[in-house]
Amino acid sequence: MLKQYETVVILSPLLSEDELKSTITGYTKWLKKKKAELVHQENWGLKQLAYPIENKHSGYFLVLEYKADNSIVSELEVEFVRDNDRVLRFLTVLLDKYALQYNDNKRAGLVGKNRKSSIKKADAPTASAE
Amino acid sequence: MAAQKKDIKFLTNPNIGRNRKKYCRFKKMGIKYVDYKDPEFLLKFVNEQGKILPRRITGNSLKFQRKVSQAVKRARHLSLLPYLTDGLK
Repeated sequence: MLKQYETVVILSPLLSEDELKSTITGYTKWLKKKKAELVHQENWGLKQLAYPIENKHSGYFLVLEYKADNSIVSELEVEFVRDNDRVLRFLTVLLDKYALQYNDNKRAGLVGKNRKSSIKKADAPTASAE
Repeated sequence: MAAQKKDIKFLTNPNIGRNRKKYCRFKKMGIKYVDYKDPEFLLKFVNEQGKILPRRITGNSLKFQRKVSQAVKRARHLSLLPYLTDGLK
């Protein structure tokens, strides 16, 4: 059964830009090859970590949201462990219906950090929608 | 000469200690999902050392306290929040 998952990956800050691009496209292509539907992809860029991981104080954050069969998740995580010189951390979460709605709203700019410009306008429709 | 009530000077503010009713902010605001990718929001539910605040302080309902603690733990794993620290706020 297809379910929607969200994976956050922290990539090593030591990668060059080309290596970074190739790893990211590597994962998206891998998902495509496994017939998973990539719903959304987000690069947060280099971010400060709250505590050092493998003696590194920053990392590139990558968020992948995809619809896939449940067997894909463990296979994808095997891929992450295989490139453990590039991947510092990963977390895969199953999205429930509230999470899906939240992510849709976030992309539409109704909630989250990008809301600033439309705080007052956004509050009314979200309240009425629920 | 009887003193009027408004003339009485209190040494301490009498409104301090009168407890306001706590409420669950998620229920009140209609928030259904706690995002683990938003550490600034989750900071409201941890103390200075990064520990999760109990329900008796935040006023969360049990349902959302569970979701908050899950979200904080996920954020810690992704190094968005520290496991332990000093002077977080």
